[in-house]
Amino acid sequence: MSRPAVPLRQKFFTFNVAVLLFFIGAGAVFAYFRFFHGFASVTNLNPGFPWGIWISFDVACGVALAAGGFTTAAIVEIFGQGKYHALLRPATLTAFIGYFLVALAVCFDLGKYYNIWHALVFWNGTSVLFEVAWCVMLYLTVLAIENLPAVVEQYKGNVQLPGTLGMFNRPGNWAMGKADVFLRRTMAFFVIAGVVLSFGHQSSLGTLMLIAPYKLHELWYTPLSPLLFLTSAVSVGIPMVIFEATLATKFFGRKPETELLGGIAEYIPSFLGTYLLLRLGDLAYRGVLAKAFDGSIQGYSFLVELSLFAIPYFLLKRPRIRQSGTKLFLCACSVILAVVLNRFNVFLIGVDPGSGYNYFPSVGEVAVTLAFVAFGVLLYKIGVNYLPILEAEEPDHEPA
Amino acid sequence: MDISRRKFFKVTAAAGGVAACAAAKPALAREAKEPDPNGYGMLNDSARCIGCKACQVACKKENKRPAESSLQDELYDSPRNMSDHTYTLIKLFKDEKNGVSSFVKRQCMHCVDPACQSACIVGALKKQPDGSVKYDGDMCMGCRYCMVACPFNVPQFEWHKAIPVITKCTLCSENRLAKGKPTACSDACPAGAIVFGKRGDLLKIAHARIEAEPERYVDHVYGENEVGGTNVFYLTKKQVAFASLGLPDFDYRPVSGLTESIQHRIFQYFIPPIAVYTILGGIMFYNQRRKDLAAQAHGGDGHE
Repeated sequence: MSRPAVPLRQKFFTFNVAVLLFFIGAGAVFAYFRFFHGFASVTNLNPGFPWGIWISFDVACGVALAAGGFTTAAIVEIFGQGKYHALLRPATLTAFIGYFLVALAVCFDLGKYYNIWHALVFWNGTSVLFEVAWCVMLYLTVLAIENLPAVVEQYKGNVQLPGTLGMFNRPGNWAMGKADVFLRRTMAFFVIAGVVLSFGHQSSLGTLMLIAPYKLHELWYTPLSPLLFLTSAVSVGIPMVIFEATLATKFFGRKPETELLGGIAEYIPSFLGTYLLLRLGDLAYRGVLAKAFDGSIQGYSFLVELSLFAIPYFLLKRPRIRQSGTKLFLCACSVILAVVLNRFNVFLIGVDPGSGYNYFPSVGEVAVTLAFVAFGVLLYKIGVNYLPILEAEEPDHEPA
Repeated sequence: MDISRRKFFKVTAAAGGVAACAAAKPALAREAKEPDPNGYGMLNDSARCIGCKACQVACKKENKRPAESSLQDELYDSPRNMSDHTYTLIKLFKDEKNGVSSFVKRQCMHCVDPACQSACIVGALKKQPDGSVKYDGDMCMGCRYCMVACPFNVPQFEWHKAIPVITKCTLCSENRLAKGKPTACSDACPAGAIVFGKRGDLLKIAHARIEAEPERYVDHVYGENEVGGTNVFYLTKKQVAFASLGLPDFDYRPVSGLTESIQHRIFQYFIPPIAVYTILGGIMFYNQRRKDLAAQAHGGDGHE
């Protein structure tokens, strides 16, 4: 708000980029076998567990952790908290990257990935997955549009394509100008649409497993699941923004935004509080709380999940914790881990197909998942390096 | 100013929460689909089954599926579980309580209100008028939600193929039923343990068998009502419970009742999404206007 966003323009090929490329390469090797020799050559998936970590992490966690985009957009643009404007562009970019990776991960997990467009033409309204697919697809489009202003800002009147492509410079500039006008007029429409679409599929992801009442553990099988998925996604939005901003300042050598992050963190306890109230209320109402203490893996997993949600709730109520960069970061990590564990619990740990099958992810599955994470980080680095995403810093070393 | 804004935020959050609660509240199961007594199905009588596996062989032959050997020498077909190559399978189970054993035939139940049909993202699985649940591999994108949804873990996936599809029992719908022939497995059964026929007739036969030999059979036809009814029924010996045969005590409601009612409530005429959109739009407009007015009061031009 106070300062314009500018591209970082740092040296691109650093050691960290080499590490990312290594992970992407490793994942690509396993991906080759998945695509040309079948799932059995890479994954531990089986008839009892047709969905593994590619669904529970890459898709379910991917969507939840990209919630920073719509929560920040809602706080800044809809609820008018303009002081957090600096966080909006990075949050929108990471959300776009997140959803792009979700879509890519879905293609890796689908048996006939080239039929993915069938969801557009063959409609089955009773299918929860159908609704998720449409919402994710539309929201990915909305996110692309929400990120366009950064592209337009960078290249408007400044399109310089190399060589023979230079003939497209003028039409390029013309299109940029048109896009600028269009975006300024319609952005409000897309911002609200983004929030509504997010509500839709964040909650529907929670409805997915409700079709398996005899497979999902009682601690997670509840008619309230869609609402719990939505509120937990809203809760993890700001922690993701804090997590990403903290890492970005560290790796790009920027000044910490502790004051700004501590400010927006004030919302987290009310979101987490709402979630915890619904979660515990639901468990108590259904009378299944005792299951958490029956000594089963599911029981312990639930207790860890609940603690990871509850501890930051109490800690982040204190201003002193919020104003400490490290403590705030750790609290954010706790919420993120809580949501990740919750999604794993719903899609894997809490699932017993009743057919004697077990599942633990294979090396190949983990490698592909890590490759997606590395690819996401790489895309973020490309984004902030060449587009005006992060705000310009105040001139350094000014006498105080 | 700040207080009123915060209050506004809280009120709208609460309203949104209530609206979402109302939408997510479990509706009574939607109207159950009535079973069609004229749809075809089968009655698997575990008390009569002698475990010869002729049905398994006939099924493989009919569907041109390769043998699966679980033994070292790979001399003959011996699958341990249903798989992409094995649509039907004879398994031997012991009752948990008294140790009496019994054979049971595993296969697609051809549900009256199939969970797989409700779950399938593109509608590639559909209940047919002939009673079978038909799968269309050309429509399928391989998401495997049907496998998650099926309470009997019936649909199988071709894990070893580069371009895999789902496989399962077809009730011989196209290759035999359409030609007026019974299913391959029932045709092969030498013990009268697999009866092919119309759902209504099969129920009559099943109840007649129980009535004729009440000391031999458990007085229950599995599949008459379970998960909303199936087109494949089971009878079992008095000493062996259905649950011991891998046929759990499922509720009489279809498993897709809850997901469908939630979906239906959220998307009925698109009212909830439009309502949320309108509320958010109102809040955005209100905040924007307040900001503009504040800027004007300070002599600005209305923008930051």
